[in-house]
Parts: sequence; structure tokens; C-alpha cells
Amino acid sequence: MITLNINDQEMRVDVAADTPLLWVLRDTLQLTGTRFGCGMALCGACTVHMDGQPVRACSTPVSAAAGAKILTIEGVGQGTTGKAVQNAWQHLDVVQCGYCQSGQIMSAVALLKNNPKPTDADIDQAMGGNVCRCATYVRIRAAIHDAAKSLA
Amino acid sequence: MTRTIENESRRRFLKGTAGLTLAVYFPWAMAKSPDAGQVQASVFEPNAFLRIAEDNSVTVVAKHLEMGQGSYTGLATIVAEELDAAWSQVRVESAPADASRYNNLKWGPSQGTGGSSAIANSWEQLRKAGASARAMLVAAAAQRWQVPAQEIVVADGVLRHPASGKEASFGQLASAAAEQPVPEQVSLKEPHDFKLIGQPLHRKDSAAKINGTAVYTQDIHLPDMLTAIVAHPPRFGAVVASFDATQALAVNGVVEVVQIPTGVAVLARDTWSAKRGRDALSVQWNESAAFSLGSKQIFDQFRKLAESPGAVARQEGNADTALAGAKQVLEAEYDFPYLAHAAMEPMNCVIRLTADGCEAWFGAQMQTYNQGLLATLFGLKPEQVRINTLYAGGSFGRRASKDGDYILETAHIVKAIGGRAPVKLVWLREDDMQAGNYRPMFHHRLRAGLDPQGKLVAWQHRLVGQSVVAGSPFAGAIKNGIDPTSVEGAVNLPYVIPNMLVDLHTVSDIAVPVQWWRAVGSTHTAFSTECFIDELAQAAGHDPVAWRLSMLQAQPRHAAVLKLAAKKAGWNTPLPKGKEGERRGRGVAVHEAFGSYVAQVAEVTVQTDGRYRVDRVVCAVDCGIAVNPDVIRAQVEGSVGFALSAAMSEAITFTGGKVDQSNFHNYPPLRIADMPRVEVHIMPSTTAPTGIGEPPVPPLAPAVVNALAAATHTRIRRLPIGNQLAS
Repeated sequence: MITLNINDQEMRVDVAADTPLLWVLRDTLQLTGTRFGCGMALCGACTVHMDGQPVRACSTPVSAAAGAKILTIEGVGQGTTGKAVQNAWQHLDVVQCGYCQSGQIMSAVALLKNNPKPTDADIDQAMGGNVCRCATYVRIRAAIHDAAKSLA
Repeated sequence: MTRTIENESRRRFLKGTAGLTLAVYFPWAMAKSPDAGQVQASVFEPNAFLRIAEDNSVTVVAKHLEMGQGSYTGLATIVAEELDAAWSQVRVESAPADASRYNNLKWGPSQGTGGSSAIANSWEQLRKAGASARAMLVAAAAQRWQVPAQEIVVADGVLRHPASGKEASFGQLASAAAEQPVPEQVSLKEPHDFKLIGQPLHRKDSAAKINGTAVYTQDIHLPDMLTAIVAHPPRFGAVVASFDATQALAVNGVVEVVQIPTGVAVLARDTWSAKRGRDALSVQWNESAAFSLGSKQIFDQFRKLAESPGAVARQEGNADTALAGAKQVLEAEYDFPYLAHAAMEPMNCVIRLTADGCEAWFGAQMQTYNQGLLATLFGLKPEQVRINTLYAGGSFGRRASKDGDYILETAHIVKAIGGRAPVKLVWLREDDMQAGNYRPMFHHRLRAGLDPQGKLVAWQHRLVGQSVVAGSPFAGAIKNGIDPTSVEGAVNLPYVIPNMLVDLHTVSDIAVPVQWWRAVGSTHTAFSTECFIDELAQAAGHDPVAWRLSMLQAQPRHAAVLKLAAKKAGWNTPLPKGKEGERRGRGVAVHEAFGSYVAQVAEVTVQTDGRYRVDRVVCAVDCGIAVNPDVIRAQVEGSVGFALSAAMSEAITFTGGKVDQSNFHNYPPLRIADMPRVEVHIMPSTTAPTGIGEPPVPPLAPAVVNALAAATHTRIRRLPIGNQLAS
């Protein structure tokens, strides 16, 4: 049994220690908002926060997540920054297919928590690990700036 | 002002009413979608496309897949407009597979989404659907209030009788409206009366997609469901010789290993166990009949074919004679790689057998074709196959599998285990990227002749490549050896040229499966034609915009978007200089696809070492009436990024018959740092709407490559651009 803290809730899971956190979230805990895209930490669709830092759940063994505070898309809206980012996303209608957007939002929230007034270059740097095949990048950039303004 | 039209669909509306509600609800998905709210008893269902409940909700039934292109939002807008509903009361759900009610009117008796036709084919149909329901609500109010129907006004989901002060919501009148006869005739609005159409209404799928509750195929979890991951052959055409499942079955969570026509499937209780099981599986492949060529060999074959005439697709005047008499003749060859769709959600599908048939869940893009495939495989009637169309995490054409590959693979696994459990097939990224059904490789050879005045007098365009339509449900479109999707954009070249010849070699002995990829033939024809026109303009000393316009006198919509894009881009003013050592350039392209017209002006900056970036793309589009201008802008922005991704770096290549790419490290998609600024200008129009999901893709690559040529005097004729500018 491994004990996890996910979105401020203690959860016990009976899985092999090397199981990626992604599949524990999705298959064991039915927290399906964290998406599977590549399995190699190349696309960012599975981004969650571990003690406030964005990590790729597909390449994080669940054993490494034990004892850490995990935040997923299901819980991110409870926080001020998360809510602001989601509001900006909705206001600008950033999404198209939407599949990558949980990960985009998690990366954007992590960026704004560390850097409340990011430049375009800061955004390119922080969001470079998140692929959007619909190429909603123009609006992702605009929504991050909008969220930053709303939090200022 | 309104116009009256015959409601010829009246009988179909009536016929289509019974039983719809049961067919479209799947309660677990409703429960997960906050947009959907509680399932309400349906009280007023005037036709197959909408339902009004006593809670005042208006549910629009979408016959088309939502894969990101905004179809749910656009389709709902059309219904809501004629219904005079409030946008906030409208929600959307997907239609069941049913060719009798939900066929694509541009496709014939088949339900599906493609060719940028969702809005175009639904336009009249959904306006009538909304107007019919509105008329029935008005009739119900007139009866209840005992007032003349023409004195009732409807706005924002409320009916009012101003003289008496009576008013009622749609919900309050829903059950009474259901008792009214479907009208013989309905009146449709004139465009200047539109209240919702033309407004940047918010998308209906935003909320669920930003809080993680949107349900994709990957998220389906049914009781006792098994997850399957398949060991596929390393080359197209290879088959299983033998396999040893011992190690796979020893993996905790693995339940069964079965052979299917496309490989060996490992079934497990969860995805990770299935993956570990496949890793442990040992398969011997029989590769005696497998594809064994490399990309260079394929291109060599294409180039050799291009030396001889192909099947004639368009002929006017005599291009040979005109070329012989031309003052200046230019020739160029263009090469295009295979491309993967690489949707963010790799292909997947869930199927279970039920007591009376089968049920499937996936981002279905050709529902009734898929229904037929599954019915045949399971020995069922099509109506016994229920398809739940979910949000697709991208498609770009891939979900409209021409051979049903990922769908049938799932069904074969279900069959192999005797249907005893529901099965979710998961393709990992590597499976998805190596599964084929790519945008085909193509080779183009163009020759053109200029007369002494620099006028274009002759044009020869030869194309070599595989047919995407061959072997698909649309194979009947092939006439006289011409797959129209191979030459679209080439045969309808808009420029006036007196002597033209377009011919095609269709390659049929390459085993790589090919398929439609966002904008299909125009993904290569727009590139070769618009790059070559640019070279000719330069050779003749003409301005690229002015010269195009001089040959577009019979094409007012091409000309209008070209002028608009050029004006907004400041074409006639010099491009601001770059930093020391930087070279800058501006390039243009214009193209029509699926009835929509798009012009783009790209601005690039090239470093001394050949690295480059696209700084800005100015787009002008004419897609008829703009149902939702913000969704249109989003599609243009996204198309620019999607097309730039392919132009810069994407290619599927082969070595000894094996696909060289496997994941995003060697099939690199565009990331945010390379995304240019995009400006979108929409032509005002009162023409019926056409599509926007694909048409902005084709002009991007030629506009960028023309800009790079302007900056560097180097003409790139092979995609992707890669590091061809590196010195």
C-alpha cells in the first residue's frame, strides 16, 4: 500500500512501486483529467504539481510521489491562481480539442506561482514542454498574461 | 424580413422523433459533465436535432464529431438563432449513429465529419429545425393565451404577447408545443436579423475541457473492462508467425493474450499492466511479404514516374507547343514526405457486446461507416450497433480511419475473448505514430513558360503519389484514373493561363497505408503551385501580389482575400529591418479549399547560420457567413501552427520498410516558442457558410517558404524545411 496526498486528500493505493503516477491517477483513482499523450515526458499532457513543482506524471513513479502533495487538474481550481488561470482560459476560449489543456493549465499555474508577471520569453520557457497539436499557443500566451493581470 | 420555405423534411422530422432520447443518453458521461446538468425528461422534441425540457434547457443534438474545430458551438448557434433561444440555455450532445437522420448532406447516405463540411451541410437543415420548433412554441402560446400567433414575439428563450403582457419561457411552453403539428412551412431569418450568428459566442465545450471533466475515449471505464495493448508487426505486411505469452501472462494484472489479425493483444486490468505485459511478450514475425523500401527508394521511384506522362486531370490549349514557343521556361520539382496526424489523444476505442448487439465509445468521425464495419464483423444488423461519439482529442483526419483500423482492432479483440468483457484498446504514442494511414508522400514536377512581356502562357503540372481515396468508402470518386483528392488545388488553379496540362501518376504498389490529413490534397498542391507562381513572378520581375491579382480577374473571392491580406500586412511598405546579420522576408500565398478562400502573408527572420523564425502571419479568410467569428479566428490561428509544424520539421520516413519515427522526440511538433503572431481578418459575407477547419492550412507553407526565399534568395522545394537554410 502506498499513501498519496492528492488534492489535499489522503488516498491509499495498492499498486507496484514503479507504476507511473499517471496510471495510478487515471486507472486506480479515476482522476481522468490528467491526460496520457506520449508516455515519455515529451508532451506535457500529464502535467501535475508535486509539492508545487510541475512534473510529468507519465514518468514519475508512484513511489516518488508518496509523501508529496500532489495537485491535479481536478483540484487546481480550488486555489486562487488556478481559478484565475481557468477563468482566463474560459474567457478567451483557449481550448480546441482540449486534450492537452489540463497539462497546459497545470504548467501555467506553476509558472504564475513562481513568476507573477511573466514575459513572453518566460512563457515560452515555462510552457515549452507542453505540446498542443491544435496549436492554441496564441491564446495560451494571451490567457497567461490575462491571468497574471487578474492576480496583480 | 423573413423568407418562407417549404419544410420538406417535415415527415422525416415526425418519423425521427420516436425513440431518440433513449438512444442518445449515456448517464455516466452526463454525470461527469457539469455542462450537461441533470438529465431531464424530454418534453418537446420537434425533430432529430433539438429537445426542449421543462427546466428550460435547449439541447441541440450534434450529428458531427467535436474534435476541436468548434462544431458543437457552430451547430448549436445555427439552431439557437432560428429558435430565438438564449445562448446560456443551450447545451449540446452527440447524436447516435443513424444514416437516416444524421447523414452528412454533402456525403450522401452516410454520417460523418470531414472536408470542412459540418457547418456547410447543416446550415439549412438546422435553421429549419430551429425555425420549426420556434413556430410550434408560438402556436402553443397563441393557443394558451388565445391571441393571434403573429402578435407573439420571441427573444432570448422567452415568448411574449406585448398587448396583453403575457409571457412564458420555452420550458413553460414545452409540453404544449409538443402537441402542436409540425409546420408545413417555416420562415427563416435574413442575415441582417441574426442575433447569435456572427457573434463571438463562447464555446460550449470550454468549461469541461478546462477542469478535466470532458470525457474522451481514454477516460471510459466500464465495469469489468479490460485494457488492451497490441504488439503490432514491425513492418507493414508482416504477420504473426508465432508468439510466446508466458512472460506476459506472468505480469501482475495481465489477464489474457490473444492473437488477432493485426498482431497479438495483451489484455490487462489496467493500462500499465497491459503495457508491461506487451513489453514481456515474445512475438516471431513472418516478414516474407512485408514492405521493405526506404524513403529514398520511394522518391527515386516517384521521380522516375514523373518522367513520363500520367493520367490527364486538366487540359486546356496546348502546353507543349506553348512551352516550346515561350521566351523563358522555368522548371521546378517539389517533394513532400509522409506525415502523421499525431493527435494528442492517440487512437483508442471501447467496445462491449450487449444482449442485443454491441456498443462502442470513441471519437467517431464516420459513424455509419464504422457501424457497418462492426455489424459485419459481429454478424449484427447496423441498428444493433450503438455508437457513442465522444470528444476526440484531436483528429486532423486520423479518426476518420478509411479502413476502420483502430476500431476493427478493438472489435477483433472483443471477438477473440468471446465478448466476455468490455475492451478498451489503447494505442501508445509509438503505436499511433507507426500505424500508417499517413498523408501520402508526393512528388510534383512543374514547368511554365513566360512570353516576352512576362505573361504566363504555359503551365505543366505533374503529380506522383498514392491515392488516399482508393480502398476507402469514397473510392467511387476515382474517375479515369484520377483520385480528385490527389489533384485538388492543382486542377482548379485559379489563375488564367491559356495552355495548361495537369496529369497524375497514382502509385499503387507501395504498402504504406495513406489517408486524408487536414486539407488533404491541398497540403501539397497549394505548396507547389504557390511557390512556383512566386518563382515565376520573380523571374518575370513582377510583384507577387500584383501579378497574382492580374491573373485572378475571374476569381473575385481569391482576389478579395489576397488584397485584404496584403493590405493588412502592409505589403507595399518595406518590412522593418532586423538586427545586425538578420535577413528578413515577406511571402504570400492564396488558396481555395472546400469552398473557402484564404490568403496569408508571412514574415520571417533568418539568422546568419540559417536558423529562422516566422514572426507574423496575416490571414484573410472568406468562408461565407461567419457563424462564429471567434471560432473562425481560433481555427485560423491553430491551422497556422499546425501547418507550420509540418512545414518546419515533420516527416515520417522509412528505412528498410520500418518507420523511423516513434514519438515526439523524433517527430517534433511545433511548440509555443515557434508560434508566430497571427492576425485574422474575416471577409464580410451573406453567402451560405463554408468550412474553416482545413482551408487555412494550405497557404501557410508556401507563404513561409516564399518569405524565406525573399530573405535569402534560396528556394526550398523539399518539405520539411528542416535545416536546408543552414550554410
